[in-house]
Amino acid sequence: MLTCKDFLREISDYLDDTCDPTLRNDLQSHIKECPNCWVVFDTTKKTVNVYKGTEPQAVPETVQKRILAAIEKRQEAKKQAATGPPK
Amino acid sequence: METTEISVDIDDSILVERAQAGDYGAFNELVSRHDRKIYRLAKRIVESAEDAEDVLQDTFLKAFEHLDNFQGNSKFYTWLVRIAVNESLMKLRKRKTSRTVSLDEPAGNGEDPVVREIAVWDGDPEQRYSQEELRALLDGAIQELKPSFRTVFLLRDVEELSTEETASALNLSIPAVKSRLLRARLDLRERLTRLFKKKGDDLFAYL
Ligand SMILES: [Zn+2]
Repeated sequence: MLTCKDFLREISDYLDDTCDPTLRNDLQSHIKECPNCWVVFDTTKKTVNVYKGTEPQAVPETVQKRILAAIEKRQEAKKQAATGPPK
Repeated sequence: METTEISVDIDDSILVERAQAGDYGAFNELVSRHDRKIYRLAKRIVESAEDAEDVLQDTFLKAFEHLDNFQGNSKFYTWLVRIAVNESLMKLRKRKTSRTVSLDEPAGNGEDPVVREIAVWDGDPEQRYSQEELRALLDGAIQELKPSFRTVFLLRDVEELSTEETASALNLSIPAVKSRLLRARLDLRERLTRLFKKKGDDLFAYL
């Protein structure tokens, strides 16, 4: 029989569905009978999902402009290196 | 080569090929496709908006410089994430000279991860909070983790790199990535449950 400690140790692999079938079955039976582990599993899954699902903030416009300008500078330098110096 | 029209459904790999052939417009499109996520990643690792701005700029400059080395056997975004993580960790090390930041530090103290808060969440946090509020809560929670743990979590669970890609990006073994991910997930679960749980609703309610 799996203990709650065993379940916690495997919770990450169980979430990613990367454990072997026998272990997965054991974990599944544990979670069915153990409300605590069910809650921990459910809230762990939700934790991952809420981080995954939240949209990133836009990059401030001034920063965006600065970056594009810096890249443009490099692009110009590369172009000149390829075609030779301007006359 | 002339800059061509870029439509949103063009795959990154096509844009990379164009950029490698000298189409700078294609590179700029790659920047605007990914800058938000790279900025967020950097901000969460370096804990400072200002440093994250530098990281963001250096990441894209490096990507531009080394574009010819990009082989296309991984996704362009994964390659970008690897550059950004390196830049972020360098920034962190430079800033915190007194407190060394090492990804090699042993994962925790070898004890089993701690789970104290056993309570269901009060509805869906995405419904309860605005995106802005939620972002602040999530950023705050992840900042409490050690850099070596939050970086693994960010790469695996937010940027969706595989265990192998994360191990290689951070120079860690696969078991080290797995054990850090486990701890980071449970640690964040603990913190978020404290924020999101139904008040007065605890484990005994389920026994
Ligand atoms: Zn249990």
